[in-house]
Amino acid sequence: MNTEKNSYTVIFAAIMVVVVGSILAFLATGLKPRIDENQRFEKQQNILYAMGVNQNEGDGDVAKVPTTDVEGEFSKYITQQLVWDGSEVVQKENAYLIDVQKALSNAKSGENVELPLLIGEKDGEKYYIIPMYGKGLWDVIWGYISLDENMEVKGVFFDHKGETPGLGSNINQRFFMDDFKGESVLNGETYEGIAVAKGNNDPLNSDKEDNAVDALAGATITGNGIAAMIKESLKLYKPYLETIRTN
Amino acid sequence: MALLSKKDANLIKDPLTDNNPITIQVLGICSALAITAELKASVVMAISVLFVMGVGNVVISLIRNIIPSKIRIIVQLVVVATLVIVVDQVLKAFAYDLSKTLSVFIGLIITNCIIMGRFEAFALGNGPRRAFLDGIGNALGYGVILVIVGFFRELLGSGTLFGIKVLGDPIAKTGLYSIGYENNGFMIIPPAALIVVGIIIWVQRSRNRALIEEA
Repeated sequence: MNTEKNSYTVIFAAIMVVVVGSILAFLATGLKPRIDENQRFEKQQNILYAMGVNQNEGDGDVAKVPTTDVEGEFSKYITQQLVWDGSEVVQKENAYLIDVQKALSNAKSGENVELPLLIGEKDGEKYYIIPMYGKGLWDVIWGYISLDENMEVKGVFFDHKGETPGLGSNINQRFFMDDFKGESVLNGETYEGIAVAKGNNDPLNSDKEDNAVDALAGATITGNGIAAMIKESLKLYKPYLETIRTN
Repeated sequence: MALLSKKDANLIKDPLTDNNPITIQVLGICSALAITAELKASVVMAISVLFVMGVGNVVISLIRNIIPSKIRIIVQLVVVATLVIVVDQVLKAFAYDLSKTLSVFIGLIITNCIIMGRFEAFALGNGPRRAFLDGIGNALGYGVILVIVGFFRELLGSGTLFGIKVLGDPIAKTGLYSIGYENNGFMIIPPAALIVVGIIIWVQRSRNRALIEEA
């Protein structure tokens, strides 16, 4: 067989495309339900993590609620799923599955405002959980922040798509996320958010009044992305937060 | 009887020593710089490449006689990309946590020039068995350097190995830090990888002078 002929090359390419395409399409459709379910569980785990429902121990690694229990825990702790339509909150089933990126950009342009938010309850305390979405150095970053009525951070969860391993990727590690606990997003009356600051002379993060946490060495842009993401979300949710704020 | 003939054993041994893809052929440098700030990431990348190289080399070798030479590079690319997507999808469905750790590397594997290099230089001209051994050998050679670089960069840059604080706590000043030792922040940025790879190349060539190229 002459493999150098143009007709052969074209036919080979066509067959290759069909074969490879079929394999991938078959695989993608076959696995989609499982992948979707995994992603849904992960969202639930992340939301619960932000409100402090996790299995962290001592100084150990991030330990989320196991996937086998997550659905039960989620319905136990998350009491209300809401959307903010610009003037009031309305109940919405599975609000946590709303595409945050789309919701935020819609809200920014002022049309179809439908910002998802969740209210959780743990040990008699209320947690207002807000989703976030932003840009890191290489790709998107996202997360959840849970606040109480005093606008104090009760917990955060961050994750990223492709930040530099060992540097920016550490935003999803406990030593970074734990620092946010207890910080206030308010500075006087303004929603200042929380800066990720270099050289704030507070590596142990004992000062909870400074609206800042210690930066990650070698990941300035990812850190700035986190700060910007928090600020941006607060700006959009501010009208709602004003309605629940007590101090 | 030995499991592998001497010739076959060399397919695995050579890339580990005198024909290392990174230090001798200087291929795959980009990923070696990017992901070696942590030992764990280095190990994961090494294993991922091992899989893709082993299987990819066999696939290319099996179809080597029917690939039209004019579009062989595209065919190679399609094979790598398909394998990588298959791995990615299967992991997402059955080992979701692992797939999250790997997601950064999946994209990098496609662009790894060692893979294309071995497809082109070896799998196209050899049978599946030898191609498989060659793939495994080169992936191991690549992995060994990655792990060595990752070991030194994480140890000297962060004072940890696999995330475990082996030198004490830099903030609470315990262990080595109590006598004034400091982490070297330079080690966690990519240029440090070039220097570590450079030192490995230097050590290797001074032990085996035959490897030194004519100027």
